[in-house]
Amino acid sequence: MKPAAFDYYRPATVAETVGLLAELREDAAVLAGGLTLGPMLNLRMVRPRAVIDISRMDALRTISLGGNVLATGSAVVQGDALQSEVVRREVPLLALALPFVGHFQTRNRGTLGGSVAHADPSAEIPLCLVVTGGSVLLRSRKRERRVKAADFFVGALTTERQPDEIILALEWPRAPADASHAFDEIAQRNGDFAIAAAACQLRLDRCDRITALSLGLGGVESRPVAIDVGRFIGQPLPEILSALADHASASVDPMEDHAASAEFRRSLARTLVRRVVEKAHADARTRRGVVQ
Amino acid sequence: MTLHLPRGQRHTVSLTLNGERRSGEAEPRMLLCDFLRHELNAHGVHVGCEHGVCGACTVLVDGRAMRSCTQYAVQADDAEIVTVEGLAHPGTLNDLQQAFSKHHALQCGFCTPGILCSATDFLKSNPSPDETELRDMLSGHICRCTGYAGIVFALLEVASTRQQKGS
Repeated sequence: MKPAAFDYYRPATVAETVGLLAELREDAAVLAGGLTLGPMLNLRMVRPRAVIDISRMDALRTISLGGNVLATGSAVVQGDALQSEVVRREVPLLALALPFVGHFQTRNRGTLGGSVAHADPSAEIPLCLVVTGGSVLLRSRKRERRVKAADFFVGALTTERQPDEIILALEWPRAPADASHAFDEIAQRNGDFAIAAAACQLRLDRCDRITALSLGLGGVESRPVAIDVGRFIGQPLPEILSALADHASASVDPMEDHAASAEFRRSLARTLVRRVVEKAHADARTRRGVVQ
Repeated sequence: MTLHLPRGQRHTVSLTLNGERRSGEAEPRMLLCDFLRHELNAHGVHVGCEHGVCGACTVLVDGRAMRSCTQYAVQADDAEIVTVEGLAHPGTLNDLQQAFSKHHALQCGFCTPGILCSATDFLKSNPSPDETELRDMLSGHICRCTGYAGIVFALLEVASTRQQKGS
């Protein structure tokens, strides 16, 4: 299992990278950590004429806080993001999800942007980007544009990125100081692809009524989905927990594959939604100093 | 300036392997693990699944444990690489390797070089891991002989001995 022959390019700057992409377009694949593109090349599921290596580009490896957004460069290594204080503080959901991404050894090289560009339906980082309401910053030779995560992921391994664009950064809204977060998933083995995953960002008033909730499911449909939870705003926890879990599992259209049937996925979705909302609720109470 | 290495041609790749400056030739599509084995004779790098799953090819690149099958040799130009051959002086075993021997943490030994490289990096940033943390780290390696128990015992012992020596 060796890749088909390819031309290797290592541009020194973003400008050179988008110049190459403008010329090569569909014939080129952008290589960052190689934890998703590498296997696809080796298994010859893709045979690009050219591979453009951005893994050494320092400009894409920065984490910067500006205004209400934390921007993580597309080549930021997952393990570095997991260790980052500013990520933990500003985007706690991402810090909670990263331990589920592959293994220690793959997080040492895999990147945040690579996972988003690849868009595996079960991937944790895209799910977090959708749930936090983040965006993907794209650049081509002609323009720079921002696409909301909810619109970026089109389907399995398919995104809004055009062939002449690279992902410059992921933009994560800073989490409100009083928000609680939880992430959980079910996979056949630690670090394996999630059969289903759930993530939430929750805010409560002092009487445990929901003032804001963002809830999403990964691995269930062909892309990460945000659940419409409008009718639960103002409702109390834990009373509405079952209704919320039922609503979430009823509102998805689960896929079927070798790992699980559609009905099993729907059942996992219900269980996982319960778990993450319960966890976030418990976390909110602990932070308020309520004795459990 | 963009570096362009055309397909089908061999290009010189120079790197530091186990403390020595080495170089060899690689086509762009050559996996780093194949380069280390076939060009630089580091046969301790084992090649299993060739798509990042089994962990047998794990080496230290610039100090961090990672797969050498999902990167290409040309990407490693100027990198500092340590393989199992570089963990101890030739003919000797370091504390990790001795503990693996003592606790029967290997049988066929195919997965062992990768696990030793992973553990080397992991114990640096997690000097006193518990069993759950170790098993989570080991989930990145497939061992079909041991059932992992001996590996966990060995790693727990090394961590605790190192902690005692350090304190």
